[in-house]
Amino acid sequence: MPRPALACGASLAVGVALIPLAYLGIRAGEAGWDRITEELLTERTGALIGRSLALAAVVTSACTVLGVAAAFLVTRTDLPARRLFGVLAALPLAIPSYVAAFAWVSAVQDFEGFWAAALVLALVSYPYVYLPVAAALVGVDPAQEEVALSLGRGQWRTTVGVTLRQVRPAVAAGALLVALYVLSDFGAVSILRVNVLTRAVFTLINLGFDRTGALVLATALVALTILVLLAEQFSRRRAARYARLGGGAPRPPTRLRLGRWRGPAVLGLAAVIGAALGVPAVSLVRWFGEGVSRPGSLGELADAAGNSLWVSLLGTALTLLLALPVGLLSARVPGLLAVALDRLAYLSHALPGLVIGLSLVFFGINVAYPLYQSVWLLALAYAALFLPLAVAAVHGAAAQAPPVLEDVARSLGRRRAYVLRTVTLPLAAPGIGAGAALVFLTCMKELPATLLLRPTGMDTLATGLWKHTSVAAYAAAAPYAALLVLIAAVPTWWLSARTGVLTRTGG
Amino acid sequence: MTISGMRPLLASALGGLLALGVTACGSEQAAQTEAAGTAEARARTDEKITVYSGRSESLVKPVLEDFQEASGITVEVRYGDTAQMAAQLQEEGSRSPADVFLAQDAGALGAVAEKGLFAKLPEDVLDKVPSAYRDEDGEWVGVTGRVRTMAYNTDQVPKDNLPESVFELTEPEWKGKVGIAPTNGSFQAFITAMRVEDGDEKTEDFLAGLKANDAQIREGNSQIVADVNSGRLASGLVNHYYVYELAKEEGTDVDALKARNHFFPNKDIGSLVNVSGVGVLDRAGDDTDVREFVDYLLGTQAQTYFAEQTYEYPLIDGVDAAPGLPSLSSLNTPDIDLNDLDDLATTIRMIKESGLV
Repeated sequence: MPRPALACGASLAVGVALIPLAYLGIRAGEAGWDRITEELLTERTGALIGRSLALAAVVTSACTVLGVAAAFLVTRTDLPARRLFGVLAALPLAIPSYVAAFAWVSAVQDFEGFWAAALVLALVSYPYVYLPVAAALVGVDPAQEEVALSLGRGQWRTTVGVTLRQVRPAVAAGALLVALYVLSDFGAVSILRVNVLTRAVFTLINLGFDRTGALVLATALVALTILVLLAEQFSRRRAARYARLGGGAPRPPTRLRLGRWRGPAVLGLAAVIGAALGVPAVSLVRWFGEGVSRPGSLGELADAAGNSLWVSLLGTALTLLLALPVGLLSARVPGLLAVALDRLAYLSHALPGLVIGLSLVFFGINVAYPLYQSVWLLALAYAALFLPLAVAAVHGAAAQAPPVLEDVARSLGRRRAYVLRTVTLPLAAPGIGAGAALVFLTCMKELPATLLLRPTGMDTLATGLWKHTSVAAYAAAAPYAALLVLIAAVPTWWLSARTGVLTRTGG
Repeated sequence: MTISGMRPLLASALGGLLALGVTACGSEQAAQTEAAGTAEARARTDEKITVYSGRSESLVKPVLEDFQEASGITVEVRYGDTAQMAAQLQEEGSRSPADVFLAQDAGALGAVAEKGLFAKLPEDVLDKVPSAYRDEDGEWVGVTGRVRTMAYNTDQVPKDNLPESVFELTEPEWKGKVGIAPTNGSFQAFITAMRVEDGDEKTEDFLAGLKANDAQIREGNSQIVADVNSGRLASGLVNHYYVYELAKEEGTDVDALKARNHFFPNKDIGSLVNVSGVGVLDRAGDDTDVREFVDYLLGTQAQTYFAEQTYEYPLIDGVDAAPGLPSLSSLNTPDIDLNDLDDLATTIRMIKESGLV
């Protein structure tokens, strides 16, 4: 693809991701400085910002530890039932945070507050770290480790100092997603009653139907996103070379013998997975049994499942289409423009779905009216929300496809577009497929924007679940929750499979 | 790529954003003319209406289906949260595809009316409902009545200890024992009513008292009632029909629950009567299908449904409350006109400053 076309495509994609920001700017401008300062410069807002940052920091740290430890155990040790653990460890990603939070509340007495929310959020979001780190550990060449060992470094020092250091980019990318996810999450914090910024934004909408105040407060979230992005960027600065040099094929790495740590390692991993998957499973079964509110008719459930699949597929396709130029640009034409576009794509990612929803209502009403309350506008909202997930996947996949193959094709007289279609995309396809799976399952779980933007009269699994839980009809909600988790589990399983933890020889 | 090489790109990106803005401004005018055109077209009956429902599907779907069957008019419904729907309507403005807004409380209707988005309702529609339960400018009308009550757990609160007035709940014996939902519209309406009846100072003291007395915060009324029934909370300030809803979900009789309603006596502000209601969007002001729908909501059949199925109070003459529910007139509720509850902004500020949210 010619570079100007790539840059134009990338700008368009970033334009979509910036719609919510433009909307916030317009609404904050209307509110005026007095209103902005009145809302933002208060002790209460300060406390909200502090709590949001603290929650993001705690959950991100916990996810980093859990994700890296789980990935290391299943790829680099002689852990028993390694492949089973490898898949199970990824599955919590299929559980929406609001379902997990409901499950914990109904299972544990007085389960609420900051640490409760931190626990639930860490359990559902550590796979964001686990998946890329596991893939990176499988792919890493053991040569460096062997050199360290041969020079007399101990096994553990080598593991920490050499192996883990090599997968640092994967850890940082996963941690960034977790941090932004925690900032934008509403489900868990609202059910577990932690007053953070997203919850306050929703509260303001409820309090006197104050749209303006809520949107002004949401601008604080954008500021926090910038802060997180800067921190991640800073951590990259000191990055060293991670790729292997020289020719030849890498060998699969050797596995560490756990020895007497085998038992504790199995127990620890089983405890994490048990808490993440077991508590929701038990609660779902109990919901099925409790109450007499009739589960919705099978037809309604099937309709909702069909709608969920359709809008999620549409959203995934659109998101990937937009992510492709951004990812290719930053992989092939690194530079200021690529970095800027890549970072800009993240800016809306920490905004709550409600704000994204309202901004797309605004966009639909004023700019793209024929699309309003059609599935297309909903797909556009998903793109604005989840663009970074796809961009990261495209970037990673394109970076792994050796540019030299493209150069050869070009030198043989092939046009750029032809090279993209026949060389670059096929090489990057598995990685892009992983991005698609991630975006798809995230679309399935999304609720607030879906509520505002879905076509009138259409229910998805997520909105069907919401409709029943909002009137405390848990028995009727259970089939929606179960089906949602089951469908989302399919791409999650596939994601864990492609990290390589399932292959017998690959590590 | 160099900085200078990027310049045309940046320019085109900014140009794009600008164009977006211009289109936005231009189309707003276009929207208004177009809306006027649709309104004329709508005057003819097209046998279809679009309802935005801030009331939950399980409660209103049967009514809408009955109407559809009786009238032959297709009802398109969009279900959502009342507050988010009010925000959506405000955002959509005059281009909203909605004909009717069915809201859970008068405050949301007031917020939409304030933006000038509702059409005036005809006098004969308004006259079906007592003047206290409708907008004084005739832009919305109440459909059902709901009374504020104190739900209490019969194991934890002996009947003799039940308070005469909601103000007693700030006293030490209630410390940590009262659940409230301060983000809920009906709680806010109750606080606004308290300001109207007893003044801002006494209301501020009440809110501060609740905070100091460790009031337990919940998202909504159904959570409070569920917690009162399970014994996690001794009591909570809610609307009267939530215990009936819980009984229905649990498949038992309301008398079999641990949670009971206590109606404050002597016109205490703790038993304010609020409404759920309906407003017609400007574009559908003279749509006969919509008119038929509003008439239906205020007709005997729908009112009887609400009385018997959702345990709310019917607002028209000739339909009685559900059996077992004290009649509205016997409750001795405070004489508050819902139209006096329009200063929500101050109430919100007071709730925020009290630290309860």
